[in-house]
Amino acid sequence: MKAKVHITLKPGVLDPQGRAVQNALTALGFAGVNGVRQGKFIEIDLASSDRKKAEADLKSMCEKLLANTVIENYSIELID
Amino acid sequence: MKAAIIVFPGSNREGDVRDALVAVTGTAPLMVWHRDTELPKVDLIVVPGGFSYGDYLRCGAIAAHSPVMREVKARADKGAAVLGICNGFQILTETGMLPGALLRNAGLAFVCRNVTLRVENTQTLFTAAYNQGQELSVPVAHHDGNYFADASTLDRLESNGQIAFRYVDNPNGSVRDIAGIFNETKNVLGLMPHPENATDGLLGSTDGLPLFRGMVEALA
Repeated sequence: MKAKVHITLKPGVLDPQGRAVQNALTALGFAGVNGVRQGKFIEIDLASSDRKKAEADLKSMCEKLLANTVIENYSIELID
Repeated sequence: MKAAIIVFPGSNREGDVRDALVAVTGTAPLMVWHRDTELPKVDLIVVPGGFSYGDYLRCGAIAAHSPVMREVKARADKGAAVLGICNGFQILTETGMLPGALLRNAGLAFVCRNVTLRVENTQTLFTAAYNQGQELSVPVAHHDGNYFADASTLDRLESNGQIAFRYVDNPNGSVRDIAGIFNETKNVLGLMPHPENATDGLLGSTDGLPLFRGMVEALA
């Protein structure tokens, strides 16, 4: 079973990298880029085929290591 | 005073901290490898600067879950003094021993220069040798030193006297100019600047020495 985990900065947390990317896009001539927020995308391959257990494990992985919940939100997508 | 320095793959300031401690105590601290789960009994534990685990995932995130950090946390809970410098500060926030987080510098650039700090609280074992409001010249060298915490956490830090140092001229966008903080019981200090690199006239400043001298006196 595979999982896709998206980690994004919480709203209100400054994202200087996103802002730099936004400025670079504008400099390249892409008009109308109102904002860029940069995050992380992590693919995880799980041995388990138990969906419920996988969901619980992934949540725990995000809380313990993958995301810093002081500054980041996460979302988990399971793919059978 | 017995001290230990925790060393991770990618730490690079452990030698500088050792030299600073030798200069004020005359004895070498223990160097403890990150895989060790047993820590000898010491008065002070230093988590030094560097790039533990290559800053993979987030600065300090992987080091925070190494076996030795569980023991460091347990010791701090029992009252041992813990000092986290630069990457060490990032590691202490990732373990939850200190509140908040360190984000990418607001200006995006790696900042490596002397900055002026103001001492905010001298009623601690780390800062007793300074004067309230004293200004210090201490180097910073970091890419992710932009301190962040939510407003209620910041208010709590301020009302509890948990702000250790503020930048006089903020180099990285840190919220409320915060350069270093204590935990609630003031036995844990984390800061982005490098006091160990301001301990000899040859380095351009000796303003970091009172921090080490003060700790030795308090923990003797």
